[in-house]
Amino acid sequence: MKIGVLALQGAFIEHIKVLRSLDVEPVEVRKPEQLRDLDGLIIPGGESTTFGKLAVEYDLIEPIRAMCEQGKPVWGTCAGMIFLAKDVGRAQPLIGVMDVRVKRNAFGRQVDSFEADLDIPALEPRAPFHAIFIRAPFIESVGKGVEVLAKLDNGTIVAARQKNLLATSFHPELTNDARFHRYFLERVKKNG
Amino acid sequence: MAEKQVGTWAVKVGLAQMLKGGVIMDVTTAEQAKIAEDAGACAVMALERVPADIRREGGVARMADPTKIIEIMEAVTIPVMAKARIGHFVEAQVLEALGVDYIDESEVLTPADEENHIDKHNFKVPFVCGCRNLGEALRRIGEGAAMIRTKGEAGTGDVVEAVRHARTVMGEIRRIQNMRPDELMRVAKELGAPYELLKETAELGRMPVVNFAAGGIATPADAALMMQLGVDGVFVGSGIFKSDDPAIRAKAIVEATTHYDDPEIIAKVSRGLGQPMSGLAARTIPEKEQLAVRGW
Repeated sequence: MKIGVLALQGAFIEHIKVLRSLDVEPVEVRKPEQLRDLDGLIIPGGESTTFGKLAVEYDLIEPIRAMCEQGKPVWGTCAGMIFLAKDVGRAQPLIGVMDVRVKRNAFGRQVDSFEADLDIPALEPRAPFHAIFIRAPFIESVGKGVEVLAKLDNGTIVAARQKNLLATSFHPELTNDARFHRYFLERVKKNG
Repeated sequence: MAEKQVGTWAVKVGLAQMLKGGVIMDVTTAEQAKIAEDAGACAVMALERVPADIRREGGVARMADPTKIIEIMEAVTIPVMAKARIGHFVEAQVLEALGVDYIDESEVLTPADEENHIDKHNFKVPFVCGCRNLGEALRRIGEGAAMIRTKGEAGTGDVVEAVRHARTVMGEIRRIQNMRPDELMRVAKELGAPYELLKETAELGRMPVVNFAAGGIATPADAALMMQLGVDGVFVGSGIFKSDDPAIRAKAIVEATTHYDDPEIIAKVSRGLGQPMSGLAARTIPEKEQLAVRGW
């Protein structure tokens, strides 16, 4: 199984460490040729505007979009979720494949960043998932075919799946809980 | 679901983790902040004068005018940092009240306290602090800094001090990695570092928080040099807006930071940038005029 982690900027090393703990040796992706033969891709947290500029400059948008359209599992965390969305309410370069409307910096500025326990029924074993939200986006609305995976108590959508595409507002790579990464790898296995 | 917890150590350190592999640029106006964001900066640092001007003009350098900071916060969607004077915890309170995303307790401003730094645990907003060596870095983390940057010598465009400080920190980390606990206590005494943090650093093989380089970075190759020396990202102060063409240079430095180990890309982005900031050899600055020696 060959998994890539987009390594233009942000918390890519944290994802790589979790994948290694699950016996997967990932590929750092900075150029289009590094996407070749991947079975899945993780787009990490960081600054979505920074990713956007670099992805345009280094011709990564089209090949990542093609990967998403071929049905390969792609998971975006935080800025990665923004990058996958079709609509973020402003003009910026996006992969734009997931039928969700995402609001950026939706909880406020850094002083509003928070931790909270979530119930995520899709994860096994089922137990609260401790989630870290950093200047996080959330999903304002989802299109047909998008399954909501997790919500805050007030109903705010913070994780969703559309076929092979996964998106989380929070950062499973910053905790010691690898259940979300295992869930993603399961999808890659099933797809293969 | 349990209560939301804000201002925790994990979210403070976490924002710094999201900035990694990126370039944080000094800006003094909303217009410069837009240029920085458009070039791909992962954050901006709001300040009244860039370090090169502080050095040239002299006088007391303080926290920026809140009006300026708010204009910058409104102009961009990326995180906005701002500088407070060393030990000036009320400037820090003001910056927190304004809602800035990170506070730099910075030697570039004139220190307000020559003995004590800010008790950074008392704040919800995270802090970044400068260091010249591992002991200084761990003292700041002990006070609550959630991110570290090596100091370099700000406002010079001379990377030599940034290299010295990064090499010192990395070298000290390599030295402690194979030490026994009794030896670590001795080194903690030598470095003036909190023992528990030194032990954690030895176990991790790196500092327990993100570490950027700062002070003197002026070219794409400078940024890539610091990345290859093992820092997590770079701050560029005067190097961008004191150069001939800030927008093009800023973009080139961002690309060189991402592709820091790809000389062909660094060569490509280094072409046609116009003149870098004119610069000032750090070695020629008398010690009492050096910024890096402020703080302890």
